[in-house]
Amino acid sequence: MNAHKSDALSAYFLAETSDVLETHTLSAIVDNEPGVLARVIGLFSGRGYNIDSLSVSETEHEKHVSRITIVTTGTPQIIEQIRHQLDRLVPVHIVRDLTVAAKASNQEKPLERELALIKVRGEGNKRLEALRLSEAFKATVIDATIDHFVFEITGRTNKIDQFIEILKPLGLVEVSRTGVAALARGELGLKDVHDEI
Amino acid sequence: MQREMTGAEMVLQALKDNGVEHVFGYPGGAVLPIYDELIQQDTIQHILVRHEQGAGHAAEGYARSTGKAGVALVTSGPGATNMVTALTDAMLDSIPMVCITGQVPTNLVGSDAFQECDTVGITRPCTKHNWLVKDVNDLPRILHEAFYVAQSGRPGPVVVDIPKDVQFATGTYEIAQANPSNHKSYRPQLKGDMTAIRAAVELMSKAKRPVFYTGGGVVNSGPAASQLLRELIDLTGFPITSTLMGLGAYPASGDQWLGMLGMHGTYEANMAMHDCDLMICIGARFDDRITGRLDAFSPHSTKIHVDIDPSSINKIVHVDLPIVGDVAHVLEDMVRIWRASSFRARPELKEWQGQISQWRSRNCLSYRQSDDVIMPQYALQRLNEAIKGRKDVYISTEVGQHQMWAAQYLGFESPNHWLTSGGFGTMGYGLPAAIGAQVAHPGALCINVAGDASILMNIQEMSTAVQHGLAPKTFILNNSYMGMVRQWQQLLHGNRLSHSYTDSLPDFVKLAEAYGGKGIRVTKPGELDDAIQEMIDSPEPVLFDCRVAQLANCFPMIPSGKAHNEMLLPDEATDEAVANAIDTAGKSLV
Repeated sequence: MNAHKSDALSAYFLAETSDVLETHTLSAIVDNEPGVLARVIGLFSGRGYNIDSLSVSETEHEKHVSRITIVTTGTPQIIEQIRHQLDRLVPVHIVRDLTVAAKASNQEKPLERELALIKVRGEGNKRLEALRLSEAFKATVIDATIDHFVFEITGRTNKIDQFIEILKPLGLVEVSRTGVAALARGELGLKDVHDEI
Repeated sequence: MQREMTGAEMVLQALKDNGVEHVFGYPGGAVLPIYDELIQQDTIQHILVRHEQGAGHAAEGYARSTGKAGVALVTSGPGATNMVTALTDAMLDSIPMVCITGQVPTNLVGSDAFQECDTVGITRPCTKHNWLVKDVNDLPRILHEAFYVAQSGRPGPVVVDIPKDVQFATGTYEIAQANPSNHKSYRPQLKGDMTAIRAAVELMSKAKRPVFYTGGGVVNSGPAASQLLRELIDLTGFPITSTLMGLGAYPASGDQWLGMLGMHGTYEANMAMHDCDLMICIGARFDDRITGRLDAFSPHSTKIHVDIDPSSINKIVHVDLPIVGDVAHVLEDMVRIWRASSFRARPELKEWQGQISQWRSRNCLSYRQSDDVIMPQYALQRLNEAIKGRKDVYISTEVGQHQMWAAQYLGFESPNHWLTSGGFGTMGYGLPAAIGAQVAHPGALCINVAGDASILMNIQEMSTAVQHGLAPKTFILNNSYMGMVRQWQQLLHGNRLSHSYTDSLPDFVKLAEAYGGKGIRVTKPGELDDAIQEMIDSPEPVLFDCRVAQLANCFPMIPSGKAHNEMLLPDEATDEAVANAIDTAGKSLV
């Protein structure tokens, strides 16, 4: 019943909070119109929220709608704010916190996948080692010369992080990642997913 | 209706179809086609301002005093950027406003053309929504949607940016295509959750020390909301306080009125907030000017929060019972349920009211009167006497000490009569806002309570008033200081008054006359009443130069970083108390 932030002297100190930081995955359905991404990103930068990952693409061409998946870190209160602030944007149809939705139905996490393209340059043993590791990680070779490989890998963010980490000493050149795409587990679509606890 | 017309004609047609009678604007290259249509019709009256910011604040004053969206029309580039302050002001105070900006032709967009700027980019964070119209056939839909978005839900400003070639292009105007109430993604929730409302009424019936804390949302929700609020207060007998933005929703003469709360609120209002066991927040947003020190904000209360914007809930203060919905809708349900359940106010309420009377008797708005110099508080009390009982008085303010004094000493009896820049604190708001209110209410008495510093920020609008035969009265509490800045320098910076004194103020009487208005100067308390009457009776716009005590400060005050029960009261505010009021932690606050 007390003010939410027990150590805050004023609203100006809201950021200094003892609440634990959590990482959540939010999904939003938005009109695919010019500027919509700028609205979303501007909201995050303007209000000082974090973006760990953001991916966006048109998902229903006839309806002109895109799906934005955002991974963000903040206190539970900030994440609730983010959800409501996103929902306030006029071209946003629905916003759901998939992490909360997963917890509400006793799951650890929503389904989350990322795709990465990874270029490695090397010779001899290093090259062989890279290829061997790619098989272990179920990455595929999509481009190669005798000097390099480009791997394609799909998976949870930490799997990709791990793969990249391992490739560093083996001649890692560059990486391109899509950011997280996510869906709730189970038969329900975004509209019907419950994310209020 | 379906007709072929140019984009510029569509603008005028859409304004008419949305019931617009007045537009505040300033022409320029990129809006010439629209201005060419304006001159060829007489349904919509155009008020030519002297600076685009003035058009924005005038539209705000118009909106605030009527409940309808205010409309502004400006050109591209500097025309649009000059609107940014007014748009942000309207955003923070949730004022419905439709701003139409011209833009360079579509084929020049992005080429750094003359008077080009990225208007939608610049105004994106300071509007509720904005549009760049690239095809004339989208224009009717967007214009209708713009009015709908600005006026519905939590109101706010919108911008429609129209390139010049789109204004010239011909397309099909169709009113049927614009049916925004089934907007595909924007649908504000009006009705509150009944279970939550029932729970709220239940809590109210059990409260021993309740207080209503209301805000601008009540005014925005329309006259019915204020009516229902009064009904609910009568039924429950609970005391009520309000934010700066909410003044007038409950009458200042009402039995349960505690006065404004917050940084410069009354002792009784802030103490009631601190000691209450049930806080019913209606259409307010726990702004930092209201809460003071957060960890000591109303520590023992259960909190109910009614707001149409879900993002306002739990933003600053955690509430126990949130109700998302329109204030009038929720209040209607509350009143009905309270009546149906035949609740009676609890006997303990008497004790609470006794406590409140005790706080009231502290007489926190008292000040030391003087026979020689005009105390600013006294000037406002005399003004209040002169306008008392009149229903057609609209008060606007600039920003600073005078604004807080106006909120403290003028009694507001009805909503939509108090126009002030609350959230954004925009100096220069008051004169154009008074002009906007005067345009909407031609016979009314529109008074801008101003300071000598603020008034100079949009003084050029005197010329607008004279040109359009409008007679707003500007009541300047002239102390030659930026009084609130000086007050903070005294509180925080060892009385080092860095650049808060204005050395070369204009002669406001001559200035008024130069514009073709009337100037009045008063230096003695005894002259006030006659001079105020002369101001009110004047058919011209007036600059009233009221020379007040230079070093008066605004109390009560909750110093930064302090709680509601740690107010600085006027009789305790010695130089020493002022110098030590704020501790190190509080100094970094705004």
